[in-house]
Amino acid sequence: MTLYIRLFFEFFKIGLFAVGGGMATVPFLYKLSDATGWFSYNELTNMIAVGESTPGPIGVNMATYVGYITGMSDYGVFGALLGAVIATLGLITPSVIVILIVAMFLKSFRDNRYVNGAFYGLRPTSTGLIAAAGLSVAVSNLFYADALKEGAFLEGVNFKGLVLAVLLWIFTNKVSKTKKLHPIIFIAASAVIGVLFSM
Amino acid sequence: MTFGGGYAMLPILQREVVEKHKWVTDEELVDYFAIGQCTPGVIAVNTATFVGQKKAGTFGAVMATLGVVFPSLIIISLLAGAIEAFSHLEWVQHAFGGIRICVCVLILNAVVKLLKKSVVDKITAVIFIAVTLLAFFTTISPVVFVVIAAIIGIALSVKGGKPL
Repeated sequence: MTLYIRLFFEFFKIGLFAVGGGMATVPFLYKLSDATGWFSYNELTNMIAVGESTPGPIGVNMATYVGYITGMSDYGVFGALLGAVIATLGLITPSVIVILIVAMFLKSFRDNRYVNGAFYGLRPTSTGLIAAAGLSVAVSNLFYADALKEGAFLEGVNFKGLVLAVLLWIFTNKVSKTKKLHPIIFIAASAVIGVLFSM
Repeated sequence: MTFGGGYAMLPILQREVVEKHKWVTDEELVDYFAIGQCTPGVIAVNTATFVGQKKAGTFGAVMATLGVVFPSLIIISLLAGAIEAFSHLEWVQHAFGGIRICVCVLILNAVVKLLKKSVVDKITAVIFIAVTLLAFFTTISPVVFVVIAAIIGIALSVKGGKPL
């Protein structure tokens, strides 16, 4: 029971403080992994891929997934479903409350000097938080901390991963034929490459 | 801003909510969307709440919001169950090894896209760099960054100067 209350509270907090769309929830989720141990960094990164590859807003997908995994660890499939529902409700509750308040004075909200001022500071902050989360994911997937600590630098680098990352960057940014493709294509291709090259 | 997320929803919303059902006008939808981006939470959820509120009050807002999250709940629960069941297989682990590399690149691309809209002058550039470094190297909660950033932004707008 306390697990579900905590789950609701944590996602309520994320719903309240993650500004700027679904990706903004990601840094909060890595922090949640640190704080609770409900899921590992690797699991979370897998969840991002699943959230990106399925319909629906990524923030909601992430909440559902995290709630599912967290609930399952204690109470099996029923607990998983309950966790999914509770985490998702936690995430959207602040949205509903804030929007209902904003809807009461819609016009003045958008033109308000202080609201605009707040978002002038919030936008680069949200981007910075996502960048930091991205750095953490990249470091944990491209380097092996244990080998690096022992001074084995060549063994400490995931060279296959580095090559794949560079190729993916080129295909998602530089090749005009492929850069507009849906991310699910790149995720699927990476899965196949991962299997073929034992990544 | 994200890959499949909120922004992908705008054209569909336009077709269903504006053209088909005429619940709101184009201008209203764009307004809702803009506000949805700069209020906390998921953009798609915020926009749905707005449309529901406009059409049927508080109850409408709650129903529209539940409608948006319902497909995610079903699809993700099914997928999560399947992935958990097969995650012990070696080839599934290799597949996710590749997929995680892809996620790194997708996050990088999202950051580059977001940078264009969020870093507009020297002050925002300093904020971005400071937050990135502090969030990466320390264990400070994202909540702290968000609250401080909002306060700094409001303070700057109170101090005057150019309209932000």
